[in-house]
Amino acid sequence: MSDTKQIGVTTVRKEAWDKVTGAAKYTGDTITTGTFHGKILTSTCAHGLIKSLNIEKAKRSKGVQAIITGEYLPALTGSIIKDHPPIARNKVRYFGEPVALVVANTEQEASMGVNLIEVEYEPLPVVNSISDALKPNATLVHEHLGTYYCPDATVYPKAHTNMADQVKIRKGNIELGWAESEIVVETTINLPGSDHLSIETRVAKAEILPSGIVNIYTSSQGPFAVKEEISKNYQIPEGNVVVHTPLVGGGFGGKAAIQLEPLVYLASFAVGGKMVVLSMTREEDIMTSPSKISTEGIIKLGATKEGIIKALECVYYVDCGAYTDTGPRMAKSIAIDCSGPYNIENILCDSISVYTNHGYSTSFRGFGHTASTFGIERAIEKLAKKLNMDPFDIRMKNAITEGNTSPTQEKITFSNAGNLVACMQKLKEIINWDEGNIRQTEKGTIIAKGISSFWKTSNSPTNASSGVILTLNDDGSLNLNFGAVEIGPGMKTTAAQILAERLKMDISSIHVFMDVNTQLSPKHWKTVASMTTFMIGNAVLGAANDFISQLKEIGGIALECSQDELEVANQKVFISHRPDIFISFKDLVHGYQYTSGMSIYGQIIAKGSYIMSRLTPLDRETGKGKPAVSWTVGAQAVEIEYNPKYYSYRLLRAASVIDAGKVINPKAARGVVMGGMSMGLGIATREEFIYDPKAVLSNTSLRTYKLLRFGENPKYAVEFVETPQIDGPFGARGVAEHGILGIPAAFANAISLAADDEFNDLPVSHETIWKKKTGGKYDTL
Amino acid sequence: MIEILEPSIVTLNVNGVDRKVTVKPSDTLLFTLRNELGLTGAKPGCENGDCGACTVLVDGWPIKSCLMLTVEALGKNILTVEGLKNTTIQKAFVENFSFQCGYCTSGFLMVCHALATVQPDANEAVIEEWLQSNICRCTGYEEIGNAIKSTLNQINTMQG
Repeated sequence: MSDTKQIGVTTVRKEAWDKVTGAAKYTGDTITTGTFHGKILTSTCAHGLIKSLNIEKAKRSKGVQAIITGEYLPALTGSIIKDHPPIARNKVRYFGEPVALVVANTEQEASMGVNLIEVEYEPLPVVNSISDALKPNATLVHEHLGTYYCPDATVYPKAHTNMADQVKIRKGNIELGWAESEIVVETTINLPGSDHLSIETRVAKAEILPSGIVNIYTSSQGPFAVKEEISKNYQIPEGNVVVHTPLVGGGFGGKAAIQLEPLVYLASFAVGGKMVVLSMTREEDIMTSPSKISTEGIIKLGATKEGIIKALECVYYVDCGAYTDTGPRMAKSIAIDCSGPYNIENILCDSISVYTNHGYSTSFRGFGHTASTFGIERAIEKLAKKLNMDPFDIRMKNAITEGNTSPTQEKITFSNAGNLVACMQKLKEIINWDEGNIRQTEKGTIIAKGISSFWKTSNSPTNASSGVILTLNDDGSLNLNFGAVEIGPGMKTTAAQILAERLKMDISSIHVFMDVNTQLSPKHWKTVASMTTFMIGNAVLGAANDFISQLKEIGGIALECSQDELEVANQKVFISHRPDIFISFKDLVHGYQYTSGMSIYGQIIAKGSYIMSRLTPLDRETGKGKPAVSWTVGAQAVEIEYNPKYYSYRLLRAASVIDAGKVINPKAARGVVMGGMSMGLGIATREEFIYDPKAVLSNTSLRTYKLLRFGENPKYAVEFVETPQIDGPFGARGVAEHGILGIPAAFANAISLAADDEFNDLPVSHETIWKKKTGGKYDTL
Repeated sequence: MIEILEPSIVTLNVNGVDRKVTVKPSDTLLFTLRNELGLTGAKPGCENGDCGACTVLVDGWPIKSCLMLTVEALGKNILTVEGLKNTTIQKAFVENFSFQCGYCTSGFLMVCHALATVQPDANEAVIEEWLQSNICRCTGYEEIGNAIKSTLNQINTMQG
């Protein structure tokens, strides 16, 4: 595939010029007159009974059209466990939870209405941490946990507890593993909750037409999931629900959750079907909408004196917050890849999802793998230190490879996982590992490097599918239509590249339907899990093959030859040994017309579909099973300069080497990996939700929730290894989330080395180092 | 002095054209641009001046339009991303893959365009100071840095 023209060639994204001219439209950019505005009254109490809720004054406020509360068409939502009322009913479970929704003529009038609602809470004790949730006689976040319906049959909430689920991995013989271990280390890690912080806050609109059609416009990563949920929850025939998603201003998993859509549907219903828009402020987007899980883990590793890992016993606790959303699935992800990309034959892992009175969580870039990577990598680092081994060597010695098995006992091949050793070797060169991982400068600062490997697989429903439709224009150009949302990584362009390559044509003649309309676009499960290129790509290839066979069928008639003699390239069907005898796409758009004027065949419409095959649920007791089709492996490093005098540091360099199978759009791929690394550095160094003793989230704005800014970034290096995934489009595997995965671990390894201490709680700020090194005592200046 | 106490029709110079718009005294420039003039290139990201997605140029200087009242912009020249036509910085953003989702892009473009106009000889430190006003969540910032540096280089080469 080295002589290909479209694959592996940097291609400017299709919508690039729309995005640099302000022409690109996001959900909130279509502003229509006559639209009502919704505004949410949010809970000021993290756990309490709603003693009284008086909306009378607000109802009479100027411009107010309707006020809805939890009593209005009550229905529980949730993709795993139906535990979540769109508006709180009887009690509130987190600070920022919707308590009422005011619909008014303008946003200001809706806000004024919100201010006039009187609500009184009877506070309940708060579950403010994982340990609060798990202690005996803990306050229950959900008193009726045992009675909830679980759309996912493989989740096991435990009645009368705060435990939403427990996933078990039992591989090999853990007792034997310990017996074979000559050295044992144990590490405890803690990753707090944090926010997706897409720059576009969530926004949704809904209208109900007299014909019964429900139009929902939403900045979502899962428009088809929205369609299903709205249909099921409110007993609307699914075909009547049409979800429209234009470009999305960043998702990172956060817009895969369904939150605002039921609210705007209810709001529209309450005002006779008129269009209602609900647009989150930044503060609401942080505190009311779902965020990233927080995770605690205890990781125990046993190894021989030579550094061969023999046993892994770990327990992870995932704080889902007040409602589960996809929390238990992230806990499952942690479990299925708990070994990291290392060959460990004896594993015992429990991954437990708990409810607390924190903001609820949803999928976040990495889907739990940032936490599992952090856990295993910090433990390995400790093991290396104890064995006095080079951190690189110990990882190389245990690197997973063809013939090994995963924690769920799936066989690893170079095709389904890639080549970690090759990634590590490349990383070693890039970061000049051989010059040493720590040195002191003349200024007295310390320059240190930390490394981490990672792997990740998706963890999708076993029937996740994608589809593609191709149609032709009269000029012979193609329309490519599929249901994945352009949230940023450029998959609409990637799909066009794959199509162009297969049809051997110029990509400029491929027009991608940039938006998603669930009535027009074939279903795509969700734009998540780094699976879009893989799934859509395979569906594109299917559609291209269908297209080619139709072209050949009709071309055989037009060119009066056997189909077997025909080839397709450059928007033409031609006789392979006589390329001068051809017919162009533009002459076949509507079928073929004989010289007599009679026509046959009709329009060419091609289709392709893809479903991930042979996936199985995990065994409840052992975790054995096949949760996904493949892994992506990689290795990362972070280099920092630490100043021991001020306990401060600077980020110097960060590097990633990922086995992408085949890189389709190099600059885009590097960009998406760099973006992931940037987010990983945020999680490593500053991003965290801070809850006060009453579980009130105290940093809900960008003044208090700090992000990495321009110039604080290190120098980035991103390289790829290409070990083809046989069933991937042109060998490609997913890379979109992966940049984030090992960065917090690599950073923590670097700072732990530089500051000669163990940093296992994220984020590691200058203040944390100062506290750890001095016990928090103020120094004299 | 202009006094506006109720919804009024005023003239706003946007992208070189005088536009008549109805404004309330409390309307932010961001609101007027988007909701009255349909110029949705400037985006709301925090409406608190923290993220810079709403940045426009007022008399050539970057201003967070969520922090300026429309009435404060009367008599001034407002330039939004829709007013940029085939500029060096737009091309540089496209070539350098300086955006992914594109939501923060208008704001970054306006800051960069102003910097290229006001201080084309800016060094690294100045670039950093200017661009710290905005937040991008998709890229690693390096791509945006590459775009502004290549733009400044081009300007300086042409002038030099």
